[in-house]
Amino acid sequence: MTAWTDVCALDDIDDEDVMRFDFNNHTYAVYRYQNKVYATDGLCTHEHVHLADGLVMEHVVECPKHNGRFDIRDGRALGAPVCVNLKTYPAKIEGGQVLVQLG
Amino acid sequence: MNTTESTAFAGPNWTRTQDDYHLITGAGHRAQAAGLVNATWYKCTVPRARMKQLMQREDAQAIRDTVLWYALILAAGAVLVATWGTGWAWLAFFVYATLYTGPADSRWHESGHGTAFKTRWMNDLLYQVASFQVLRRPSVWKWSHARHHTDTLVTGRDPEVAVPLPTDLLGTFLNLFSIKSGPRELWRVLCNAFGVLGEEEKTFVPEMEWPQMVKEARIWVAIYAVLIASAIYFGSWLPLVLFGLLPVMGGTWLYTFFGLTQHAGLPENVLDHRKNCRTVKMNPVFRFLYWNMNYHVEHHMFPMVPFHALPELHETIKDDCPPAYPSTTAAYREIIPALLKQVKDPHFYVVRQMPVAAA
Repeated sequence: MTAWTDVCALDDIDDEDVMRFDFNNHTYAVYRYQNKVYATDGLCTHEHVHLADGLVMEHVVECPKHNGRFDIRDGRALGAPVCVNLKTYPAKIEGGQVLVQLG
Repeated sequence: MNTTESTAFAGPNWTRTQDDYHLITGAGHRAQAAGLVNATWYKCTVPRARMKQLMQREDAQAIRDTVLWYALILAAGAVLVATWGTGWAWLAFFVYATLYTGPADSRWHESGHGTAFKTRWMNDLLYQVASFQVLRRPSVWKWSHARHHTDTLVTGRDPEVAVPLPTDLLGTFLNLFSIKSGPRELWRVLCNAFGVLGEEEKTFVPEMEWPQMVKEARIWVAIYAVLIASAIYFGSWLPLVLFGLLPVMGGTWLYTFFGLTQHAGLPENVLDHRKNCRTVKMNPVFRFLYWNMNYHVEHHMFPMVPFHALPELHETIKDDCPPAYPSTTAAYREIIPALLKQVKDPHFYVVRQMPVAAA
């Protein structure tokens, strides 16, 4: 069982926004929308741009480089120019902190 | 940051030719060796909170502009039909074709980025329709444009260099009317419909998207077949004058007129959009027709900012950019001499005046 990692306080992420989180030489993107949190790999599967610089619109994150879009709930690529899904990670809120089960 | 064309790319014994722009046999390997492929580009500093404001999407402006645009096309088409058979039909065709294809370039572009509307299906629908009106295969050009953003004006990597060097003046002139590019694109549609894909296209369109290319090409072939059949059935050229290649040939001049201001004459192989893009102040009519793509430095640096927010983005970063050109005329006073000079000297380019702190 992979341990939960304390990423940040919930208040560190605005609602409908994303934050970059680097851990063990890997970069992740952690999202908050309507007081739920989600976590994915941090780089776009198209050309490895940090998604944390992109825009969150409800459950969709848009890459800042080519506007590729992913569903943050399951990592689905939503159409060109992205066609490879993002890896997602379990995330939860506990005691006002965001915890992510990093693989 | 490079102030001139990357010296790692342009070695002392290299003479640029149009062959260098080929994506397979061209100068892409030089770009790769010089670290110009999928590289990190300069970005002006914009606080995250401000950028989030600028990136916000909305439907209202794009719906208003799209309704107005199609109303203008409809009106011009009605005049064309009404004057058909008279001498006025030539003028009516010119206006109709200009409205049909000229603004379709910027609509294709903005909806392709997914930034025109907030609602996704609206972007997708406008993208498909505008692609037809501007004669660009939807999937191919979506990926081609992604590459253009990754490797903007990197020789041998960017498939959308408007004026490969040395300047081919005749070719550039002919492309004002899609005389070369139009039939070539239609031929590629036909090839795609039969499952034959271009080798260069395969370098930037992922394999999993190839079936979509074929599907779209078959839909286009079906549409063209209906247009030709209608023309034969009614014994009139009108269906072919209203839709398809002919209005594209009549209206390409407008988007070429706008589009040349984007990069023509500016240096290739630099990793700074302030040096290889122009921001040109345009009047409100031009900005409507061109959907603010005149803010081209801003668009390339931050492609997720929608067209309606580009003037605000310009205000936000202008102190860290070269001065905007005060008018389209001012831009062409630079572009035309540069293109003429590049006929004989393909290594010439215009050097933009950088802000003091960034020079």
